[in-house]
Amino acid sequence: MLIFDKVCKRYPDTGDVLLDVSFELHQGEMAFLTGHSGAGKSTLLKLIAIIERCTRGQIFLNGHNLHHIEERYIPFVRRKLGLIFQDYKLLTDRTVFDNVALPLVISGYGHQEIGRRVRASLDKVGLLTKEKKYPLALSAGEQQRIGIARAVINKPTLILADEPTGSLDPELSSEVMILFEQFQQVGVTVLIATHDINLITRMDYRVLSLQNGSLISGGIA
Amino acid sequence: MTRQNKRIQKLNTIEKKQSTTPRVKKVSDNIFEKFRAYLELHAQALFSSLGKLLKTPLTSVMTIMVLAISIALASSFYLLLNNAEQLTGKLEASNQISLFLKSNVSDLDGLKLADKIKQFAEIKMVDLITKDSALAEFRDYSGFGSALNALESNPLPTVIQVIPKNSLERSEDILQLVADLERLKEVDIAQMDMQWVYKLQSMMNLAEQGVILLSIILSFAVVFIMGNTIRLELEDRRDEVLIAKLVGATHAFIQRPFLYTGFWFGFFAGVMAWLIVMVMMLILKSPMERLSELYDHNYEVLFLNFSESLILLLISSSLGVLGSWGVLHYQLKQMKLE
Ligand SMILES: Nc1ncnc2c1ncn2[C@@H]1O[C@H](COP(=O)(O)OP(=O)(O)OP(=O)(O)O)[C@@H](O)[C@H]1O
Ligand SMILES: [Mg+2]
Repeated sequence: MLIFDKVCKRYPDTGDVLLDVSFELHQGEMAFLTGHSGAGKSTLLKLIAIIERCTRGQIFLNGHNLHHIEERYIPFVRRKLGLIFQDYKLLTDRTVFDNVALPLVISGYGHQEIGRRVRASLDKVGLLTKEKKYPLALSAGEQQRIGIARAVINKPTLILADEPTGSLDPELSSEVMILFEQFQQVGVTVLIATHDINLITRMDYRVLSLQNGSLISGGIA
Repeated sequence: MTRQNKRIQKLNTIEKKQSTTPRVKKVSDNIFEKFRAYLELHAQALFSSLGKLLKTPLTSVMTIMVLAISIALASSFYLLLNNAEQLTGKLEASNQISLFLKSNVSDLDGLKLADKIKQFAEIKMVDLITKDSALAEFRDYSGFGSALNALESNPLPTVIQVIPKNSLERSEDILQLVADLERLKEVDIAQMDMQWVYKLQSMMNLAEQGVILLSIILSFAVVFIMGNTIRLELEDRRDEVLIAKLVGATHAFIQRPFLYTGFWFGFFAGVMAWLIVMVMMLILKSPMERLSELYDHNYEVLFLNFSESLILLLISSSLGVLGSWGVLHYQLKQMKLE
């Protein structure tokens, strides 16, 4: 469902960040993306969400060549993805409910549908009781779970998480990981960028390793 | 937003009760609900942007005043011009043409000619001044009385004063009439007494163009001020915009609340400008009426009428939206998702 074919990314002022990266992820697969700081993990995820465009090579997402997606259709690609960030990227002046509802509001769903799905999503991450709270009144782990609830509310086929446990303690990290496993079990593809070696070794999933922009292991499925 | 939540909750419980409704109805309900959701997005943006405006009253008022002054300048020039045009329009109606007949034309022939001219379609009134009455008048006014008595014959020509109809408004038409009259064989010179009216009129035309140009420049000022205001607002809500973009918001969605902000600024600036213009006109009302008394016209000071007021609001709101749109269009494209 996700194919990288000799993908290169060059930033004008940094030079090549990704070099001939090729791999394929299948529907329902879960994989870690790892590598030292500056290896290009975040950059790789950004290419999938078309936050950045690749310099060379091709990326296919559900059969669509991302290179050919026009600027105005990018939002519709993003709606099919679930993006999760290390810093959660929650709106601090909106309630938990409104934060989780945002992708649905953007997609133009009606009240009933939004209410139903937000509650289902919050229920899944175990935060149904916090819907009226504001993000800053929640713990780090809870905030990240809100971020996850928001990411999955549009029923994405691919979840991209950039250091989702970066600011969580080990216990909270495993809670979050269990959530990802649950999504994977219902057929969602999950790609997690992390340099948390413990986490990776503890969980037995495919690992894509980047070093100086090249994929040194895990490229072949 | 919390009110919305409550509403959603309420809807939710209602929906649970109705969950036995047949499936066919659900589909049409869904389309209807999507449309309603869309309208509610607009309503929400309309009112939340108003709320944001009211949250920072000082900043909003200052921006609105700057916008309002620009708009008030343009509209007051327009209004003053309208008033001046009304005044000159009345003056124009009182213009007349003097026909100096050739010296060999007798008073009697003059009278016949006057009768003939009276039949012209463009003519309202004709008045004959005989050689004798002209001389008598001249004697009275010039003070050369005794010198004139020494003259053997009367050197003054017969004069016919012609007043054209009011319908003859355009200066070209009047000039045409003068030329026609001058071509009559008895007429030596045809002269407009009120040539200055036409000079004034062409000055008014110039002023009109000036006002249009000035209005365009001031509109640009409004657009730029508005654009800058929205740019700052966008900067302020950068995080919100970035997050919305990351979860798949289109530019249309992101722009919506900002465009409504622009609309509100423009609208309130229009209202303020209207007030400024009205106060100004109230202050000018009595001096203008005194001026008009000099011309002994029943001259009515013009204010902005209903449709002009409406147009003022429409233009100012549109300029607000336009300024916002320009900046959003540019800035959202530039914005890096970082
Ligand atoms: N917008 C940008 N412009 C220029 N250079 C960039 C940009 N974003 C990232 N880089 C550079 O690209 C390289 C890879 O960055 P990236 O964020 O992908 O690394 P990473 O593997 O995610 O690192 P970390 O583990 O620290 O998050 C870095 O050297 C960084 O300086
Ligand atoms: Mg990174």
